[in-house]
Amino acid sequence: MIAFIVRRLLLLIVTLLVTSALIFSLTQLLPGDVARLILGREATPERVAAFNRQYGLDLPPLEQYTRWLGNFIRGDWGRSFAAGNAAVRPIVLERLNNSLLLAGVTLAISVPVAIFLGVIAALRAGTWLDGLISVATLSVVGLPEFVTGLVLINVFALGLGWFEATALIRPGYTLGQWVRVLGLPALTASFVLIGYITRLTRAGTLEELNKPYVRTAILKGLPRRIVIVRHVLRNALLPTITVIAISIGWLIGGMVVIESIYNYPGVGGELVRAVEQKNLPMLQAITMIVVLAFALANLTADVLYTLLNPRIRFR
Amino acid sequence: MVVEARHLSIDYRIGREWVSAILDVTLKLEPRRIHGLVGESGSGKTTLALALMRYLPPNARISGGSIWLGDQELTHLSEADMQRVWGRRIALVPQNPLEALNPTMTIAAQMTELTRLHLGLSAEQARQQALDDLKRVNIADGEQVLRRYPHQLSGGMQQRVMIAAALSTQPDLLILDEPTTALDVTTQAVILDLIRERVRSENTAVLFVSHNLGVIAQLCDTVTVLYGGEVMETAPVERLFARPVHPYTVGLLQSIPKPDAESEARLMTIEGVAPSLAHRTSACVFADRCRAAVERCHAEKPPLEAVDDVHQARCWRWPEVQSGQVALTPPIATAPADPPQRDTPVLQVRQLQKHFVEGGLFDRLTGRASRVRAVEDVSLHVNQRSTVGVVGESGSGKTTLARAIVALDPADQGEIALLGQPISLTLRQRSAETLGRLRLVFQNPNEALNPHHTVGQAIGRTLQLLDKRRGRQTDIRKRVAEMLQAVGLAPEYADRYPSQLSGGEKQRVAIARAFAADPDLIIADEPTSALDVSVQAVIVNLLKDLRNQTGVSYLVISHDLELVVYMADWIAVMYLGEIVEQGTAADVYGIPSHPYTEALISAVPVPDPTVKGGVIRLHGDVPSPRSKPSGCPFHTRCPRFIGSICVEQVPPVRVSANGHQIRCHYTLDELAALQTADRKDAL
Repeated sequence: MIAFIVRRLLLLIVTLLVTSALIFSLTQLLPGDVARLILGREATPERVAAFNRQYGLDLPPLEQYTRWLGNFIRGDWGRSFAAGNAAVRPIVLERLNNSLLLAGVTLAISVPVAIFLGVIAALRAGTWLDGLISVATLSVVGLPEFVTGLVLINVFALGLGWFEATALIRPGYTLGQWVRVLGLPALTASFVLIGYITRLTRAGTLEELNKPYVRTAILKGLPRRIVIVRHVLRNALLPTITVIAISIGWLIGGMVVIESIYNYPGVGGELVRAVEQKNLPMLQAITMIVVLAFALANLTADVLYTLLNPRIRFR
Repeated sequence: MVVEARHLSIDYRIGREWVSAILDVTLKLEPRRIHGLVGESGSGKTTLALALMRYLPPNARISGGSIWLGDQELTHLSEADMQRVWGRRIALVPQNPLEALNPTMTIAAQMTELTRLHLGLSAEQARQQALDDLKRVNIADGEQVLRRYPHQLSGGMQQRVMIAAALSTQPDLLILDEPTTALDVTTQAVILDLIRERVRSENTAVLFVSHNLGVIAQLCDTVTVLYGGEVMETAPVERLFARPVHPYTVGLLQSIPKPDAESEARLMTIEGVAPSLAHRTSACVFADRCRAAVERCHAEKPPLEAVDDVHQARCWRWPEVQSGQVALTPPIATAPADPPQRDTPVLQVRQLQKHFVEGGLFDRLTGRASRVRAVEDVSLHVNQRSTVGVVGESGSGKTTLARAIVALDPADQGEIALLGQPISLTLRQRSAETLGRLRLVFQNPNEALNPHHTVGQAIGRTLQLLDKRRGRQTDIRKRVAEMLQAVGLAPEYADRYPSQLSGGEKQRVAIARAFAADPDLIIADEPTSALDVSVQAVIVNLLKDLRNQTGVSYLVISHDLELVVYMADWIAVMYLGEIVEQGTAADVYGIPSHPYTEALISAVPVPDPTVKGGVIRLHGDVPSPRSKPSGCPFHTRCPRFIGSICVEQVPPVRVSANGHQIRCHYTLDELAALQTADRKDAL
């Protein structure tokens, strides 16, 4: 197991290196001159040259890359091109912190609900309840996030006033304030996840219910509830757990739409802004973080699957 | 406590209609008695067994009759009441123990939850009892086993755990549903001994469901024969096997290949297919396939009549069958065969080796990949017009050998020659001519035929290839019809798809397709193991007839020693990738034989209750080919183990004058002396 994790971590480093090189090449290909874009059209050639020198943009690409990589590994993620010239690292880490918080709350809402719905749908397969759950989850998956988001804002923020419509985060919030701020973005993201996880859970549970060991458990005289909870669920949820773990990657790096609806200061929104502004140091740092998040989420999925599945653990 | 089903009927809902699956079945099961329930696939035996537990699929219902557990009637109990019966008073041991155990729970958890639930034991008491229960099924290191997960145990061990768990609550009725079908024959023998011995010491009634008449004969006290969901015949076991009065029972018994039969004798067959239950008519359910059927049988369903006070049969003509007025003996072989020609071998295999390397790229680079020595140093000849059988249990490498010969999994080393000409080990380098001369018939006909091709397309394609090779053009459609006729199918079958055929018909099509290439050698990998015994007989007879007509040779791969002895003139016995013995069928079945062959023969349940099977039992599990034992690979389980020589030295091949080879440290004479002495002791 440990060897497996070590092997995967080594592979992760290779992945990150390849990604960083790829990102760097792409930023080189972006059209337009960074210095002119940032300094404005009227900037003098001297100011452009000074800017390029300051950020090392006058060096050959390979050297730029190795310099950036060395600095990145040492923890110096560079300074933002954008106004203020702030250091990139604190900004990215703060955004990451916010994204992790939102991801955690989203999972805490969506996973129990989705598993419950999925198991109920499987146990009542073919009945009206199963149909209702299927239609409901499918239509939620089908709706774009900005539609659900706007509906939620209108009902719960503007209408009922239970939650904030925009998510401004300030230090020293009380729990109540956190709930008001995080509520709607987490709910919107949960809607997307609940749809997927419910359907997976339903399929997994249905498949397990037809296996002979379930018959063995029933014919031991165990109450149905125990048959489901003790025997079926653990096996049925194995594929689901993998998908949940992988979705963490999306929750951290992929929630651009949701973040922009609520103005939530997460990683995804910052990434889009960095692209728009050609803010290369920021873009590179965030991309690395997002790739890392996806890779770690995948690794977690594999490790969890192995741990929960004795057929793989004790081969 | 007596358990009884009285006039029990079960219906299934198919679409909007209720279809009768079990009709008017009465069974009486008494404590300490083993009642056999025998039938072919589709006979309803598993449905009936589970219905006795009142466990039915959602689309089934009990439409009549009653089930009595002592003086309690089960058909009206609620689910909550049944939960006090299941596991406590009626226990089930199902067919495939690996699938019947929860893969993510330890054995301890799965055994103790039963006793904690029904006997109210504490966790510690339940664990202690689980250890005791395991001891009673001859598992000494119970502590070890309790900690394991199901997949970490061998099949035999898993089934012992199931039996131990089932008996842990001392149920009134134990239902064993094909408990040894998924196991190897040597493991089966050990489990059957265990069932026999444990049941007699419990106050439990046993229902033993099986399709295997040998197992039934060796284990049961009373037997019920089920066909089309109805009882055909019930009798004490000796009576049923010695003097059956139902034509179906007679047919079943005569369709079993017996090793002592004349090799040119034909097996009794039961023509036709199992009845479709969707259209139960007023006729006898067996009438369409019955050799003794008369007009009345097609018009009126016979009642279950008492032959005497222990024997019942459902047949209008049972008195005539009993008195011998109805002839139900199999016909004798059709065409006389030319004797096998010894001088020109069709196939020569010399020192063939096939290893698999397990593990990914990373394991290979770090040298941690394990080497599975699947086939090692195998040499074999197949003479013209002869049938060579390769026998072995799972893991013996017999299928790998077959696949290596046809180059589906090319061998690593060795030589293969076809009609004296060396051929390549790899498929790519074999000529079309070679591929046509060497054909393979697969085990499972359901998977061997492309479901989107009609029978005519499947056979026609092979014929086209043959024509292309021979540089000619023929009427493919006409020749497809001829091929179908040769395997006993009507020409209309050419337009059918595999899904419209029964298992036996599909295997006939697969055989016709193999013969369409005009081969010299057909390699048949377990050609009948997916089929019922009556259908197996049809296929075995067909293979014999085709050999007589065309002069083809067969290499038959099988786990079924009896079948191979019946079909083959030369037999090779494989263990852990090596041929441990080969010789004529008579030599291999007789004395001397390799200790492993001896154990195999001893383990086979003889379909005759008056003949007690052998007593040699192999203990322990077959070692993994990943860590093959040193010296003689069989030394870890050998009942005739000599000593360190077996562990340290590879045994020599002992060869007799007529080519009988045994790989053993004993000489042929020593083996013969030992085995003759043992056989005398047994008598």
